[in-house]
Amino acid sequence: MKLILHVWRQRSPSEAGAFQRHEVDDLSPELSFLEMLDLLNERLTSQGGEPIAFDSDCREGICGACGFMIDGVAHGPRPGTTVCQLHLRSFRDGDELWLEPWRAQAFPLVRDLMVDRGALDRIIAAGGYITAPTGSAPEANGTPVAKRDAEAAMDAAACIGCGACVAACPNASASLFTAAKVVHLGWLPQGQAERRSRVLGMVDRAQHEGFGGCTNVGECQAVCPKGIRMESIARLNRDYLRAALTSGR
Amino acid sequence: MKLDARIPAGPLDGKWDVFTRQMRLVSPANRRRHEVIVVGAGLAGAAAAASLAELGYRVTCLCFQDSPRRAHSIAAQGGINAAKNYQNDGDSAHRLFHDTIKGGDFRSREANVYRLAQLSGRIIDQCVAQGVPFAREYGGALANRSFGGAQLSRTFYARGQTGQQLLLGAYQALERQVGLGHCRMLARHEMLELVVHDGAARGIIARDLQTGEVTRHAAHAVVLATGGYANVFYLSTNAKNCNATAIWRAYQRGAAFANPCFTQIHPTCIPVTGEHQAKLTLMSESLRNDGRVWVPARAGDPRAPASIPDGERDYFLERRYPAFGNLVPRDVASRAAKAVCDAGAGVGPGGYGVYLDFADAIRRLGLPAIRERYGNLFDMYQRITEQDPAAGPMRIYPAVHYTMGGLWVDYALMSTVPGLFVAGEANFSDHGANRLGASALMQGLADGYFIIPPAVGDYLASAAPPAVDVQHPVFAAAEDAARARLGRLLSVRGRRPVDAFHRELGRLMWDACGMSRSAEGLRQALARLPALRDEFWRDACVTGGAGEVNQALERAGRVADFLELAELMCRDALARDESCGSHFREEHQTSDGEARRDDTRFAHVAVWQQGGGGAPPRRHVEPLVFEAVTPGQRSYK
Repeated sequence: MKLILHVWRQRSPSEAGAFQRHEVDDLSPELSFLEMLDLLNERLTSQGGEPIAFDSDCREGICGACGFMIDGVAHGPRPGTTVCQLHLRSFRDGDELWLEPWRAQAFPLVRDLMVDRGALDRIIAAGGYITAPTGSAPEANGTPVAKRDAEAAMDAAACIGCGACVAACPNASASLFTAAKVVHLGWLPQGQAERRSRVLGMVDRAQHEGFGGCTNVGECQAVCPKGIRMESIARLNRDYLRAALTSGR
Repeated sequence: MKLDARIPAGPLDGKWDVFTRQMRLVSPANRRRHEVIVVGAGLAGAAAAASLAELGYRVTCLCFQDSPRRAHSIAAQGGINAAKNYQNDGDSAHRLFHDTIKGGDFRSREANVYRLAQLSGRIIDQCVAQGVPFAREYGGALANRSFGGAQLSRTFYARGQTGQQLLLGAYQALERQVGLGHCRMLARHEMLELVVHDGAARGIIARDLQTGEVTRHAAHAVVLATGGYANVFYLSTNAKNCNATAIWRAYQRGAAFANPCFTQIHPTCIPVTGEHQAKLTLMSESLRNDGRVWVPARAGDPRAPASIPDGERDYFLERRYPAFGNLVPRDVASRAAKAVCDAGAGVGPGGYGVYLDFADAIRRLGLPAIRERYGNLFDMYQRITEQDPAAGPMRIYPAVHYTMGGLWVDYALMSTVPGLFVAGEANFSDHGANRLGASALMQGLADGYFIIPPAVGDYLASAAPPAVDVQHPVFAAAEDAARARLGRLLSVRGRRPVDAFHRELGRLMWDACGMSRSAEGLRQALARLPALRDEFWRDACVTGGAGEVNQALERAGRVADFLELAELMCRDALARDESCGSHFREEHQTSDGEARRDDTRFAHVAVWQQGGGGAPPRRHVEPLVFEAVTPGQRSYK
């Protein structure tokens, strides 16, 4: 099969970028989308061109390294699927596609389809943890955790930190990402001691990094490859309100 | 070369106590005077960096990914072993030790493996305290399942995403230290050189992958936690960018490499589909708890799997190994699958595949119970193959997954270069010739949380020489070497893509040094590899420059190192003239096709030292002494 790609090319943040057109033919529908880009890069390179820069690593949809917009949709058309797990059989022969990097003020462009998502790490550093220095842990079965609570924590903990929620949001909000961690740790008894400082620290950090607020658009949930639900943002807001009201701010 | 494993004296179960009792301490006020570099931010690296920073050392942690949360530990699916005996099925540290050393086909050190088993329980405590959402029973207690090579349930898990959850726990602990200013995190940085001065590790040279800048980093100790080298084979279950560059640079600077030929082939992976496939995807070993492995009894049977009646199926693992059945260790399961496929009974395109069937388990337990256990794995399989494992069996085939070999370390995880520590998959220490499932996570976290911090402290308090400033000529020389190498790669300006070389290397290694090896095949590979390397340096196509984002350059550097490491793997496989664990030499097998060890000649660790000046590497041995176990032929029948 054949695809016509318009790929965003930008050498560095300080230089102007533009779409570059590539016709890629002789493709097997069994290829993954990123294998198709590997192949295009090999062809570009052997013709003396510069390969397209994009992030990817595990290619199993778990590391969260990959991600870009395909026709304006984060990770492309298949629900619940990172772009590394998307296969060409999801497209029709001759399709014309526009590939763009995540676009958000808090995600500065690195090159072509690569962006800097370090702001997400800094949100975690601002409270997305349970303080449990190595060696200080009590016996693991000492605190029972209801199965239902553990499952709910796991649902939220499935977030891979890819940034699709930010890219899809018209406000470039990191609310779904932040909520996933607040909800994951909030369901567990171990997470209660820092519940208030956590949510305040993380939400403040997100604002400081330049992420927008949530206005319940729901694009984040629609593109999340791991099925994180918007209800978690409601829980985040409830925790934030309670913490803000009781912390004397 | 003097190889002193520095194993504490005394009975096996007291050795770690002896070590911690005798180790020298750095007082809390003095710790901030010591700089430690941790390279890699997977389970071992993130756990070590976080724990060292908590103690008060000044830590710099580097990873090549854009965030430490993306290290390949994240892809581990099935679980982590620990001898908690929560299931009352008779587990103990001794039993976990015994299973692990037997699973490794008696090619690992007793003292290290025993310590791993002893520490396993504390790992679970630590992870639960961090908020790792392990699977639970209705009463709120932790749940367990079974893994290969064990006859009890000691594996803790978080659905099919155990590695992800454990890594996020370590990553969050690390980010906490970053937020507190105790650890400097350098993402998108790749180590290119180890700096050695007066015989001790003093720092590293790294390249900022975002700007191309080559930078110097000085330290009192360096910890490498950079993972394994399975990507030598091009197609493996490792992430695309996993590489051996850090450990290979260290080897070039004097760190010895142990058992390079011990590579694990995992039995349950999605089969190869085409030439441009970038990697292979693992289907967790945990699936063998409920999935049954079979092929049609009649080779070439054209019927759909569901229409082949039970009596006309060959459940070859259950048939050959009735005691362990589908839960035999990985090397045994892989070879059995290869044997039935080589005999023409394989299924799917090309005939290199076997069925992994859940129909019986779904009938017995119902689909919801099976989905709760393996839902995300079923989804992953369906996304890749467009087939639903609940409706018909998965098709699977073995693939390269893990490397038991790695840099040689002593009991304190220090390499033959003083001050250079190696943790996790990057070292050789615990798995012998075959790793049991759910043991990699255990080892990475034992090393990172509990062994590296006291071991590094002991070195800093006793043996570490004063730090060397980055302006010292030894740093300038190392930086020049790194820059020269980058320049050389960029000046080839050949025509053949780097990936084409990598694919050719992978095919060569899979054929000669993969699931089965022979002296003849290894000799042919050893003859071909230098030529392939020459072709690479003559004709590789590396575009762009060094002072910018250049993924082609990154890849080329890694492949150049793989081309050298491959040769050491083949040398090691040729020199080890026996079969053991994953290392199956066709010349050495029993009449029913099992590996035949030679304990008289090969009950040792093979330790390779770089030759220097183009001379071939030298092979040394560290004898393995067994006091608590008696090496026998592994039997899973």
